[in-house]
Amino acid sequence: MLYLDHAATTVLRPEAREAMVPYLGEKYGNPSGLHEVSRRAKHAIETAREQAAELIGAARPLEIVFTGGGTEADNLAVAGAALAGGGRGGVVTTAVEHEAVLETARFVSRLGCPVSIVGVDRSGRIDPDEVAAAVSPETAVVSVMTANNETGTLLDVGDAARAVRAARPDVAVHTDAVQAFISEDVTVTSTGADLIALASHKLGGPKGVGMLYVRSGVELEPVVHGGGQELGRRSGTHNVAGIVGMVAAMERCVADRDRFRSRIGAARDRFEAALRQGRPDVVVNAPPDGRLVQHSHLRFPGVSAETLLIRLDQSGVAASAGSACQSGAVTTSHVLEAMGFGGTEAAECVRFSFGWVTVPDDGDHAAKQVLAVLEELA
Amino acid sequence: MRALVAMSGGVDSSVAAALMLEAGHEVVGVTLKQWVGPGGAMPVAGCCTVADAEDARMVAGRLGIPYYVLDYVDEFRAAVVDAFASEYAAGRTPNPCVECNRRVRFRALLARTDELGCDVLVTGHHVRVRRDEAGYHLLRARDREKDQSYVLHMLGQRELAATEFPVGEMTKTAVRERAAALGLRTAAKPDSQDLCFVGAAGYRDFLRNGYPAAAEPGPIVDTTGAVVGSHRGTIDFTIGQRRGLGVALGGRRYVVAIRPGSRTVVIGSEDDLLASGCEVEGATFVAGRPPAYAKVSVQLRYRSRSVPATMEPLGGDRWNVRFSEPQAAVAPGQAAVFYDGVEVLGGGTIGRATGRG
Repeated sequence: MLYLDHAATTVLRPEAREAMVPYLGEKYGNPSGLHEVSRRAKHAIETAREQAAELIGAARPLEIVFTGGGTEADNLAVAGAALAGGGRGGVVTTAVEHEAVLETARFVSRLGCPVSIVGVDRSGRIDPDEVAAAVSPETAVVSVMTANNETGTLLDVGDAARAVRAARPDVAVHTDAVQAFISEDVTVTSTGADLIALASHKLGGPKGVGMLYVRSGVELEPVVHGGGQELGRRSGTHNVAGIVGMVAAMERCVADRDRFRSRIGAARDRFEAALRQGRPDVVVNAPPDGRLVQHSHLRFPGVSAETLLIRLDQSGVAASAGSACQSGAVTTSHVLEAMGFGGTEAAECVRFSFGWVTVPDDGDHAAKQVLAVLEELA
Repeated sequence: MRALVAMSGGVDSSVAAALMLEAGHEVVGVTLKQWVGPGGAMPVAGCCTVADAEDARMVAGRLGIPYYVLDYVDEFRAAVVDAFASEYAAGRTPNPCVECNRRVRFRALLARTDELGCDVLVTGHHVRVRRDEAGYHLLRARDREKDQSYVLHMLGQRELAATEFPVGEMTKTAVRERAAALGLRTAAKPDSQDLCFVGAAGYRDFLRNGYPAAAEPGPIVDTTGAVVGSHRGTIDFTIGQRRGLGVALGGRRYVVAIRPGSRTVVIGSEDDLLASGCEVEGATFVAGRPPAYAKVSVQLRYRSRSVPATMEPLGGDRWNVRFSEPQAAVAPGQAAVFYDGVEVLGGGTIGRATGRG
């Protein structure tokens, strides 16, 4: 099996697994308690919080809110900022955001928050000035993802944040960095954001845990209500093992990033070069100089992505169309639609994504297998 | 051999997949996503639901075969749903299962069997196939109560050569027993209903909501042309219908004709419903050519009996059919399927009833 769907999820890093083991066993405490068992668990998550704050460049550990995943972090950022203080603040975001952002924007829109969606160009990029121009006196939060999860296109969140601030310094800027963190330098400084969402499992941590960086002073209405954990911003007993595992994965991820970029970038580039040697008509959908190193989002003119993915699965290659409905059927991607792809073009696109376990040879092997399947389909 | 099994999430296709595995073949399971409800999600009630796909997925998992959901929403809408609505609006009584089989399953999906890396398409339909020197023969199912040959009459030699129906040789009881013995969760699942896409509200609400043009009010007249009432749209009526006419007259009254041009519904007595024959359009034959003999039997509705009849060519793919005795409720739009005993000869669409009593 050649797994090339690391953008969907990736292999658990051994560092994360090891860090978690005690918290799945003898260190079972609930951090919210006064006794020794609780204190040990509390110490673990607060240590993790300090590490996470440092890794993302936060000024204070309490700027980190642990959540039940990347989707929840995005929900908290967008709905939390829009509904803060009982208000109905506006949301400005892009047409290519993950559903975690777009559906949350639609949700707050139903509650009366004005929502504005900014378009992208053919390669999925925003114009930062267009984002700033969409900001109105009602706007409470601007959400621009760091990199798109389907195409890998890098969005200029830094410039968008600066442009937004120039227009309205009090607007919160959120970035969904779920897909980008593993390979891009994502920090408070690099993104200029007030809110940054991360998901553990995309980095080699366990599933079901994530975090939101919340700059001090940014007020959020909680979306999960209950016992008031995480300073009231996210109730619910902490997923102690998950948090510890995520932060161990983050640490490894940041330490390994340069090597990841060169090793995975080499695999991806060899993959695309070999593929296009055999099939010169294959199109790379993201801008070559502005995309994640681990993503290869390709269009195969005249080939059904659905068929290609099934045939690849049969020959032991796991890839994806980047967008699937609840049933698992390949569906038209809102991202490609926003990029101006027609239905037929969009149905010819496949995402190959490489991960921390990838070696450069994997790129050659993958290209060989894809070409073999294309040959059979011709 | 690698078999592509169309798995609906029901017991028949579950067992079909299991039987292909037992026969030593590689098996790939697929469910066709055919219909989306409001907001683009798969429907949660009726057939073709997320729950059905989950049943199929779980059965595939239990059998250890790869499983995919294929997107046939556009094909299904064009070939089945829109056609269903426009036929209804034209005063006919279409059979969407026939169109789905003709245009989606045994055309679009069958054409992809090869590109999906498979050699044969397998479904859970109750129908049998025999092969001899003359070619492939399509026969009624072993379980006559569950026979689906009526909705598969359009299959020709090419389709039959590339298709297998393993449960057609089994009774439904035996299918359920086999599913239970294999521990398949679909063993006791109720049979799916026809009109999979309309959901719990029924096809009339479905048409009324989605195709309002088919729901314009009009008059109800008797066979002399006298107006005896009014209706909220011809889509509320099918030929032979007795209930819901909203007209109180002496004796039982039935819908005997629908005239969409004037949005008129004609009602009459049981005798007015009888026809001595019908014209059939768009006929196809399993053997690739019509039978050399005229005496056949014809089935005019799904899950009904066939009646002796004589068929005469009207030219092209049109045929005139005369029944051995008058038949009630011969509905334009339904399929007329020709049989010789248990063998399907072919069939087409009823264009009009002839020789009204």
